[in-house]
Amino acid sequence: MVHLAAIPNDDVVNDSKLVAAMKKVHLQLANDDDCFTTSVYGSKFAASDLPRHEMPEREMPKEVAYRMIKDELSLDGNPMLNLASFVTTYMEEEAEKLMAESFSKNFIDYEEYPQSADIQNRCVSMIGRLFHAPTPSSEAAEADDACTTTPGAIGTSCVGSSEAIMLAVLAMKKRWKNQRIKEGKSTDKPNIVMSAAVQVCWEKAARYFEVEEKLVYCTEDRYVIDPKQTVDLVDENTIGICTILGTTYTGEYEDTKAVNDLLIERGLTTPIHVDAASGGFVAPFVVPDLEWDFRLERVVSINVSGHKYGLVYPGVGWVVWRSAEYLPQELVFNINYLGADQASFTLNFSKGASQVIGQYYQLIRLGKHGYRAIMSNLTRTANYLSDSLEALGFIIMSKKSGEGLPLVAFRLAPDDDRNYDEFALAHQLRVRGWVVPAYTMAPNTKNLKMLRVVVREDFTRNRCDALIADIKASQALLQQMDRDSIKKQEAFLHRHSTNSAKASHNHPKFRKEKHSLQGKTGKTHAVC
Amino acid sequence: MSLSRHVDPEDLIHHLQGSEIQTSDGRTSPHLTPYSTDYASRKAIPKFSIPQDGAPSDTVYAMIRDELELDGRPNLNLASFVDTYLEENAQKLMVENLAKNLADNDEYPAMLSMSERCVSILANLWGVQKGEKAIGTATTGSSEAIHLGGLAMKRRWQEKRRAEGKDTQKPNIIMGSNAQVALLKFARYFDVEARVLPVSAKSKFRLDPDLVRENLDENTIGIFVILGSTYTGHYEPVWEISDILDEFQEKTGIDIPIHVDAASGGFVAPFTHAGVGGHKWNFELPRVKSINTSGHKYGLVTPGVGWVIWRDESFLPKDLIFELHYLGGKELSFTLNFSRPGAQIIVQYFNLIHLGFSGYREIMENCLANARLLSKSLEATGWYTCLSDIHRRVSGGGTSGASDVKDAVKKTVSAVSGGGSGESSDTSAAYIAGLPVVSFRFTDDFKSQYPHIKQETVSLLLRARQWIIPNYSLPPSEDSTEILRVVVRESMSLDLLDRLVTDIVQVTETLMENDEVDLTILHRQQKGPSRKQDKDHKKEKALGEFRRMAEGIHRSVC
Repeated sequence: MVHLAAIPNDDVVNDSKLVAAMKKVHLQLANDDDCFTTSVYGSKFAASDLPRHEMPEREMPKEVAYRMIKDELSLDGNPMLNLASFVTTYMEEEAEKLMAESFSKNFIDYEEYPQSADIQNRCVSMIGRLFHAPTPSSEAAEADDACTTTPGAIGTSCVGSSEAIMLAVLAMKKRWKNQRIKEGKSTDKPNIVMSAAVQVCWEKAARYFEVEEKLVYCTEDRYVIDPKQTVDLVDENTIGICTILGTTYTGEYEDTKAVNDLLIERGLTTPIHVDAASGGFVAPFVVPDLEWDFRLERVVSINVSGHKYGLVYPGVGWVVWRSAEYLPQELVFNINYLGADQASFTLNFSKGASQVIGQYYQLIRLGKHGYRAIMSNLTRTANYLSDSLEALGFIIMSKKSGEGLPLVAFRLAPDDDRNYDEFALAHQLRVRGWVVPAYTMAPNTKNLKMLRVVVREDFTRNRCDALIADIKASQALLQQMDRDSIKKQEAFLHRHSTNSAKASHNHPKFRKEKHSLQGKTGKTHAVC
Repeated sequence: MSLSRHVDPEDLIHHLQGSEIQTSDGRTSPHLTPYSTDYASRKAIPKFSIPQDGAPSDTVYAMIRDELELDGRPNLNLASFVDTYLEENAQKLMVENLAKNLADNDEYPAMLSMSERCVSILANLWGVQKGEKAIGTATTGSSEAIHLGGLAMKRRWQEKRRAEGKDTQKPNIIMGSNAQVALLKFARYFDVEARVLPVSAKSKFRLDPDLVRENLDENTIGIFVILGSTYTGHYEPVWEISDILDEFQEKTGIDIPIHVDAASGGFVAPFTHAGVGGHKWNFELPRVKSINTSGHKYGLVTPGVGWVIWRDESFLPKDLIFELHYLGGKELSFTLNFSRPGAQIIVQYFNLIHLGFSGYREIMENCLANARLLSKSLEATGWYTCLSDIHRRVSGGGTSGASDVKDAVKKTVSAVSGGGSGESSDTSAAYIAGLPVVSFRFTDDFKSQYPHIKQETVSLLLRARQWIIPNYSLPPSEDSTEILRVVVRESMSLDLLDRLVTDIVQVTETLMENDEVDLTILHRQQKGPSRKQDKDHKKEKALGEFRRMAEGIHRSVC
C-alpha cells in the first residue's frame, strides 16, 4: 500500500458540512398576515377559499375581491356561443357606456331623475305606435304627444316579459271580476285560455293569481293553437285569451287574427293578450302586413321583451294596453313624492334605469330602417341554416322566411338504425362549445324531441357555417359509436357536463314537482 | 292689467322650426362631430315614434347623455335610501357582466353559485337556527320580495284552512300605515284585505302593538313588520308583536306568522353596535318566518337587487315552486321576474366579501354618527326638532325628555365647535337604535313666531342649491304633521354634511328675514308644475280619478 489514510474520529464524522448546510437553510415561506400584496395572487386570499356561507369577519382588498370574482366568473359560458337564449348579448360600446353611467339611477325616482322617466314615456309611445296602438285622434296625435287625452293607449316598462305578463293577467282578472260583480254573478272560478306551449311565467301567473288554466294542446304536426279549439274553450268565466307571437319552441306566430275574427263572429267580448315577448320586435319589421296587434279589435294588451329582439341587455320589458279602460283603476297606485304624482302599476319598485336608457338608445340609433336591416339579416341567416340542415337530412319544424321568429327548430329524421337522439347530439355540440338545447315538445305531441338554434344579432353567416360544420362532425362521430357507448356517454355527460345538474342548492323538497305542465307531462320549458 | 296668452314652448318650437325646415335626402350624412348631424339643429330628436332611419352611434350617445344631465345628481339626493356609490372595481364587474341573464342558469353557473352564497351568507347573518334549512332567492328589489313573502303566507294559510275544512274567502294581513306602497300592492294584487293600522306619536309613528292585538282573527294570514320605518327610521317592535302573537296562539290556537320587511334595516341592524336596542328581530324569534331586504339600499349595491329568505323550506308551499329543466339540468324557481340582469348579484357578493363584517360595521356606524351630528346640529338651532330618535341617548330616559334634548344641544354646540371630533369615540350602542335617517320639522316656538313660513319652502329653496330633501306629511292619522327627511347614506361624508347644515341654516335665515308677501310669490311658483309633472297629471286623468288612493299613504320614497 502506498497511501496511508487517517481514520477520522467521531467529531469529524458528525461534523459533515453538507448536513450542517442543510440544517441552516430555512424555508423562508412568507407568512405575512397583512393585506399587503405583490400581486393579487401573492396574497393570502389566493391560497384560501372564498367565503361561501358566512360573512368574513375582516375586509378583503378590493383588487383581490375583484380578481377572485372575475376569475370565478370565467367559468360561466361564453354568451356568444349560447344559441339557446333569445336574450341580447351584444350592444354597441356607446350604449354600454350610457348604461354604465346610469347604474346608480333609481328608475322609479321620477322626481330626482325626471329625464330618465321621460325617456321611458318616449319608449312606451314608440313601441305603442309600432303596435298600432289607437291614439286619441290622428290629427291631435300628429300635433301633440300620444296618450295625453282620454282614450289613448297606455303602457309601462317592466323588468322583463314575466312581470309584463303578470300585470296583464292581473288587469284582465280584475276587469272580469268587476264586470261579474256588477252583474251580481259569482267570481269564484276565473279561467284563462292559452296554448300548452306557453312560457312558464304564464303558468306562474295563473297559479299565483289563482286563475284556472285552460290549455289548448298542440298536436304532432301543429305546434301552435287551433283558433277554433281556442274559442270553443271560452266561457263566461274566461278572463281572457293568450296568443303567442312566436312560440319559444318553433318560433311560429299564432293566428291571433283568426281568434279575433272567431270571437267577433260569435259575438264574444273576451279580451286577447298577445305575448309578443320575442316577436314584438321582429314581426313589425319583417312582416309589417301581418295583423296581430292593436289593429285587431279584441287585442287589449301586448307585452314585448326589450332584452330579446329589442336588442338591449337583460332587464327590460314592455306592456301596452289598448286604452286606460282595460286597466282597472284600483290596480294603479298613485305615489306622490316631492309634489310629483306618479301612477304606478308594477310588481317591482326600485330598479336600475340603465336598460330603459339602453332601449331608447337602440330605438333612435337604429330607427325602423336599422331594425329592419338587422331582422332581415337574421331571417336570411335562419333561412340559410334551415336549408343547410334540411340538406343534412334533418326535419325542420320551424317556419321559414319571416313566418316565424328567426330561429331554427329541427329534429332527426325517424330512423330505426339510429342509436342516438337529439339530446345526445346536443351534448356532442356542447363539447365543441356550442350551446344548442334539446327539448321535449309541448304536451300531446308524443314527447317529440327537438333541437333549437336561436339566431341572434351576433350570429353571423360565418359563424353559422362553423356551426353547420360542427353539427356534421358531431353526427359523424355519433354514427360511429355503438348503442352501449352512446348510453354510457349520455349518462356521463348528464352527470358531469351540464352545469345545472351539478347545482347543489336545490332543495330536495321541491324537486320533482307534479303541479306544473312540466311535472305532469314532461314538457321542458324552453329558455327564453 | 294686461291679458296674456298661455305660451306652449313645445308648440312654439314646432311651428317656428316648421317654417324653415329643410328636406334632407333621407340618409344620414357623414359627420365631423356628434353635433354636426341633422339632430344638431334641423331635426328634433324622435320622441314618439321610431324614426325611419337611424343615426350614428356617437351622435345618439351624445344626445342622450346630454339630456340625462338634466337628471338630478344621485349623491345629493337625500330623499332616497337607494345606493348611489360603487367602488371602481365593483363598477368594472358590473360592466363586464351586463349581458348576463340571471335566469339562464345553465349558461352562467358561476354567477348562480354566487347568488346561492349570498343567500347563505344573509341567512347566517340573520340568525338562522341550527337544524333549519333556510331557503331564499334573489329578487329585483324588496317589492318583489314582499310579494313573494306575502304569497307564501297566503298559500300556507289557505292550505291550513282547507285542511280544516274552513272558508278561505276572506284573508287579511296586518301592517302599519307607515308601510311602503309595495305592501299595499301585495294586498290589492293578491286579493288580501289590508288591515292598515294607524300610527301615532305614542307608537313613534310605527305599528302599534295594542292595535295589532285588537285586529287579529282566524283569517289573518300574517303580519308585515317593518324594520326601519321609512318616515322616521324607527325599528318596529318585532319582539313585542311576537309576544302578542304567542299570547293569541295560547288563547285561540291560531298560529300567525311574521314577515319582517327589513328593506332598509336588514343591512343596518346586524352590523351596528346598537342592533335593535338589544331585542331580537330576526330568525332568532321562532315566529319570524321570512325576511326581505334590499341589496340596493344599505347592502351598498346600485338599484336592482333584493333578497327574501324563509327560515325553513317547510314555509314555502310546494305548489308555488316551478321546476325548470334546462339541458338536463334542473332549477327551482319562485320569482315574479324571469330574465333579468345578474350583475347586481355579483356586486352584492363582491361587497359581502370585500367589506366583511367589520367593513359593513364601520360604514353603518359612520352613517349613524353623521346622522346624529346632523340631528343635533338641527336641534341646536332651536328652529327644528327631530322626530327621529337615533341621536338620543338610551340612558337619557326615552324620547320625550325635553331636558335630554337640551343637554344634547349643549353637547353638540361644543362638539361642533370642536370640529365634530367629540363624536368619534361614541358608538351607536349608547343611542336609541334606528336607521340613519333624520326626520325633522319646525319647532312649535318657531311656528308660532313665524306662522307664514311653510316647511315646504325650505325643501324648495334647498332644491335650488341642488339638495333634494323632501317634505311630506306623516301617515294618514298624523297627516297634519309635515316632516323633512334626510337619509344619510354611505356617500354622505362629514364634509358634505357640513355644507348641508350651513345651507339649511342659511335657507331658514333667508326665510325668517323675508316677509309674508315675498314668500307668497314663492308658493305660487311652487304650484306651477314643471312640464314633466304636467304630463303626468294628464296621463292620470286618462287613467281616472284614483288620486284618492294616495291619501298620504305612499308618500315616502324608499
